[in-house]
Amino acid sequence: MSDTVVRIENLRKQYGPITALDDISLEVERGTIFGLLGPNGAGKTTAVKILTTLVRPDAGKVEVAGTDILKDPDRVRSLIGYVPQELTVDPYLTVEEHLRYYADLYHLSAAVREPRIREALGLVGLAGQEDRRARYLSGGTKKKLDLACGLIHRPPLILLDEPSLGLDVHVRRDVWNYVLRLKEQGTTVFLCTNYMDEAERLCDEVAIIDHGKIAVAGAPAALRSQLKKDVISVEIAGFNEHEREKLATLEKAVSQLAIVQATTKDGARLKIDVESNEIALPQILERTASLSIPIRTITYSRPGLDEVFLHFTGRPLAEEKEKDA
Amino acid sequence: MLEFAQETKAQLVRWMIHLRREPFNIAFNLLNPVILLIFMGGAFQGLAQGSVGGDYRTYLLPGILALTAFGNSMAGGIPLLFDKENGSLLRLMSTPISRASILVGRFLAVNINTTLQCVIILGLGFIFGVRIAAGLGGVLALLVIGLLLGFGVTVISLILAFVLKNHGDFFAIIGISALPATFLSSAFVPLDSLPLWMRLIAWVNPMTYMIDAMRSLILSGWDLPLLVRMAIVLLVFDGAMFWLGGRVLRRHLA
Ligand SMILES: Nc1ncnc2c1ncn2[C@@H]1O[C@H](COP(=O)(O)OP(=O)(O)OP(=O)(O)O)[C@@H](O)[C@H]1O
Ligand SMILES: [Mg+2]
Repeated sequence: MSDTVVRIENLRKQYGPITALDDISLEVERGTIFGLLGPNGAGKTTAVKILTTLVRPDAGKVEVAGTDILKDPDRVRSLIGYVPQELTVDPYLTVEEHLRYYADLYHLSAAVREPRIREALGLVGLAGQEDRRARYLSGGTKKKLDLACGLIHRPPLILLDEPSLGLDVHVRRDVWNYVLRLKEQGTTVFLCTNYMDEAERLCDEVAIIDHGKIAVAGAPAALRSQLKKDVISVEIAGFNEHEREKLATLEKAVSQLAIVQATTKDGARLKIDVESNEIALPQILERTASLSIPIRTITYSRPGLDEVFLHFTGRPLAEEKEKDA
Repeated sequence: MLEFAQETKAQLVRWMIHLRREPFNIAFNLLNPVILLIFMGGAFQGLAQGSVGGDYRTYLLPGILALTAFGNSMAGGIPLLFDKENGSLLRLMSTPISRASILVGRFLAVNINTTLQCVIILGLGFIFGVRIAAGLGGVLALLVIGLLLGFGVTVISLILAFVLKNHGDFFAIIGISALPATFLSSAFVPLDSLPLWMRLIAWVNPMTYMIDAMRSLILSGWDLPLLVRMAIVLLVFDGAMFWLGGRVLRRHLA
């Protein structure tokens, strides 16, 4: 078996006049967390439903752990855990009854069932709540139960469709820890999200999807540095007429550097746009030293994934979310 | 085969938990039959005396059993429609189970429920003085006949669950199907007293044969020719529904 757990080639899906997926290709390596990042209606859920054998693609090739989803869907189903975007807990069943149910659907033997149930409960922090009915659980706890049900059979690949949608910060953090623990165990995670911070925090690789097309893909850090838009901010010590003059001198000096794209003065600060702060910082420090300009602070920032999204799609992600909501 | 048993059992257990924790669902389906048995049976006793002879409640019981079996089976697909609407059916379909187990699990649950409800109706009938001429064996036979109708109707309901887009339509169909199905049969009055057009419909209605057979078990005992005729009609009806269900559901559960 190769180390590629998900392989999608030239995948297309059309719903009537709507092109949900437009020639998507991507690969997910074993043991990594892959994020499909995009606004509402981008096609994330459609991609997951095709991977989980629930929707038939119109064209393209999709493999899970080397198995073609159309040729052997049953084998694919036994290799994956799927936690849909919407809650699917049954209000009448208790926490433990849910896990029993899924253990049987995944054909676990009676001997492994009980330890697996304990393990799954522990992983999402539901130990001690076995006998509570889902009806009386909070939204966040229901989500945790949903997540636990997806891993009872220890699938090599788990697909999570917007796992932290609508959860408060504490539960989100629990969900993130759960995802990271899955990775520690060697599980490959395919995650859909429209939260930048979630993708940045969790994913080894992200693909930004918009209108059914992948705009760009790569490691979050690599995507950010691709923008070549780091900002270095130098703050002069003290602030008087004399120092202001120094700020102007510094601006003139750094502007001559080839790596500097633009500068702006902001009170006691000079903001310097550069391609990459790793290369620019030493050069700027050298200038300040040779000009004997006293520095109070020097900070730099990289663009976030929201800026990456804006750069590659020409639209801000957050605005899009509000429009659809 | 073992896997099929395991996944079907899991789903059956889920439905049985629903049944146990939501007894209101049973009460809801039993509402009409119980009203018919207690109030209509009492109210029309004098009126019906001439045409049916004897106790009207005893005369009504087969029709009420048929209505109970019909109503519960007809509503049997609703939980699957809810599962379809809220996404849990899709999640279920992402697991490595045979699609048939979804239908078999629900089918078994519905028919266990039907039997339970028929037992309740028979118990109520007993309390109100209805006695079964064919004895305890007759009680068993009544339950089996209820199931013979329930099987085919459950399949209709499962088909509706997958074909219909929303549960509103489903409730409407259930609401408007139960009354004609029972009224256009020998459930409440002898066939001879019906106008010709109703008699013609009653004549092709499987419920008529079912009710006639049940009535003979209750009023007079074992009437073999009547029972055989009923069994043939209901088995043909069930067979036709299974055939139709297989065709339609195979497409919807691909
Ligand atoms: N069954 C369907 N029938 C018709 N159109 C559909 C269907 N499913 C999805 N679509 C359309 O396909 C597009 C992609 O939808 P999809 O659900 O994959 O987006 P998404 O990225 O998951 O969005 P969200 O963040 O809102 O969950 C949307 O325009 C949607 O309206
Ligand atoms: Mg979605």
